[in-house]
Amino acid sequence: MELLSKPWPWWVAGTIIGLLVPTLLILGNKHFGVSSNLRHICAACFPANISFFRYDWKKEIWNFFFIGGILAGGIIAASFLHAGDPVQVHPELVNDLAAYGVGQPQGLLPTDLFSFDSILTLRGFIMIVIGGFLVGFGTRYAGGCTSGHSIMGLSNLQWPSLIATIAFMAGGFAMTHLMLPFILSL
Amino acid sequence: MSEKLTPRFRPSDHEIRSVDTMCVNESELSHPWWYNFKYSVVGILFGIVLVKAEIVSWYRIQEMFRFQSFHMYGIIGTAVIIGMISVALVKRLRIKTIYGEPVTFQSKSFSRGQIYGGLLFGFGWALTGACPGPIFAQVGTGGLVILITFMSALAGTWVYGYFREKLPH
Repeated sequence: MELLSKPWPWWVAGTIIGLLVPTLLILGNKHFGVSSNLRHICAACFPANISFFRYDWKKEIWNFFFIGGILAGGIIAASFLHAGDPVQVHPELVNDLAAYGVGQPQGLLPTDLFSFDSILTLRGFIMIVIGGFLVGFGTRYAGGCTSGHSIMGLSNLQWPSLIATIAFMAGGFAMTHLMLPFILSL
Repeated sequence: MSEKLTPRFRPSDHEIRSVDTMCVNESELSHPWWYNFKYSVVGILFGIVLVKAEIVSWYRIQEMFRFQSFHMYGIIGTAVIIGMISVALVKRLRIKTIYGEPVTFQSKSFSRGQIYGGLLFGFGWALTGACPGPIFAQVGTGGLVILITFMSALAGTWVYGYFREKLPH
């Protein structure tokens, strides 16, 4: 139980996630990926006659079972596996954030940035709403996310996935080091 | 995967679905809907790992982009190595699915979207600390505000679909 309740080390998580790739392939020739779900939901709920959303989303129903599982996994981990404990964060990051009025970690997310109150501030709006928009827009434009490109695509030795992965990281570095200091100070 | 011949003027369902995506899959078998629960079991395992290894944590993503922790690099690196070995084995040993269907792979062609879209997703990743998978797990841990992130992501995908023809690819 001790092992289950503590945060899991990188090699445990990496190994399990890596093994999801063959598991999905063997269970039903399914390719590991999550961002397509956003498209399937658009196709199912508001296709609006846009050709990009006009396909038979019902064929993709396994995806909804998969993300339903991810949601349930989050609930199980938070309820039974002590996952709500404050994250042990690098002291430099804590110091950097303190300069912007972001307090000590209380859980998985900084509540000073991610809360219903903060959405009404410019800083919170950019981080939650604009950030979310960029995740949805960018992953589809790139044709996949960290799962579909960085894990499934690289596992299948697809060089366009390597390019996408490099772009994900480059975008993340640029945001973190060039734009985020300004956004956090808003 | 079956490559059906379709008249040029009307793209097949599979052709539309194949646009801008890594993960297309087709099965010739049709099963009762509840067969899909096996994918929920895989999802539950994925969700628990995402939370227990703190991949869903905004702090961990920031540490990654600030080179303050090896954690995320270790996770992605290990997952890719295990995934590569697995895919190579599945191909070499011609492993079939549990229903006896062959496992198929598609090659992905390069598009400039992988660069432009990739950069935009990178911005969003650093802002929200969330990839599409972790978004669902974050909501599960009780981060209800992440529902807003999720709906914004949905809106982003929809707007992409709306403007797709006008964007450089």
